Amino acid sequence: MILLTRKAEFSASHYYWNEAWSAEENARVFGKCANRNGHGHNYTLEVTVAGEPDPVTGFVVDLKRLKETMEREVLAAYDHRHLNLEVPEFRTAIPTTENIAVAVWRRLEGKIEGAKLYRVRVYEMADLFAEYAGE
Amino acid sequence: MRAYLGRRYRLSASHRLHTASLTEAQNAEVYGKCANPHGHGHNYTVEVVVGGEIDAATGMVCDLAELDGCVAREVLEPFDHQNLNTLDVFRNRVPTTENLCMEIQERLRKALRGDLSLKVRVEETGKNFFETRG
Repeated sequence: MILLTRKAEFSASHYYWNEAWSAEENARVFGKCANRNGHGHNYTLEVTVAGEPDPVTGFVVDLKRLKETMEREVLAAYDHRHLNLEVPEFRTAIPTTENIAVAVWRRLEGKIEGAKLYRVRVYEMADLFAEYAGE
Repeated sequence: MRAYLGRRYRLSASHRLHTASLTEAQNAEVYGKCANPHGHGHNYTVEVVVGGEIDAATGMVCDLAELDGCVAREVLEPFDHQNLNTLDVFRNRVPTTENLCMEIQERLRKALRGDLSLKVRVEETGKNFFETRG
């Protein structure tokens, strides 16, 4: 089995807020991330798929099609958007890096032709990332 | 839902790879330039990956400030800007990056919440790194 990873970047804004909590509790738990005016990041997305190389092409997947799938399913919805206000899954889930990794997985699962989605890693910045592998 | 959170930290330290259980000639053969008596230093990058259930209320695997505080206390404060060979923990253990990685894993394992999985990766330079597998 071969693992193949494709990267993409998107820029988006967000804030962390739990509606069930008081403003003080949100500020205590989320700190600066609870600023309701939001803030932004340049995210790097790494999508890893698993499969056997095709005996004819030698490819696990067609990279161009993988790129198009990532653009259509994820970047079109996330890039240059406010995640809390403009992306449906974050009306209810707080757009933490962990939840973004889960949401990207759900957007891509079953849509990769010829290979299995193996892992999604989302970098919020170079020193902070979250991973989800469907567990 | 189980997710993993990775965070990268930096520390600078010096070390010398040398063991009393080998002759000087053997040390020179095994460790090469790393056996230089006066030591040398690296800018290490320590990558800590913790895994656990995403908390339904916070959307987080663990509190980032708590993780940062734990790594600062257990790893950065004891090791940053130190000569590793002079520290008690490396008195009888060669401070290779393998051993540094295992030491960091053990310290963090004791200090972090028991329900979190833990993997540690230490990059000695941009070209070599060492990992534990939890």
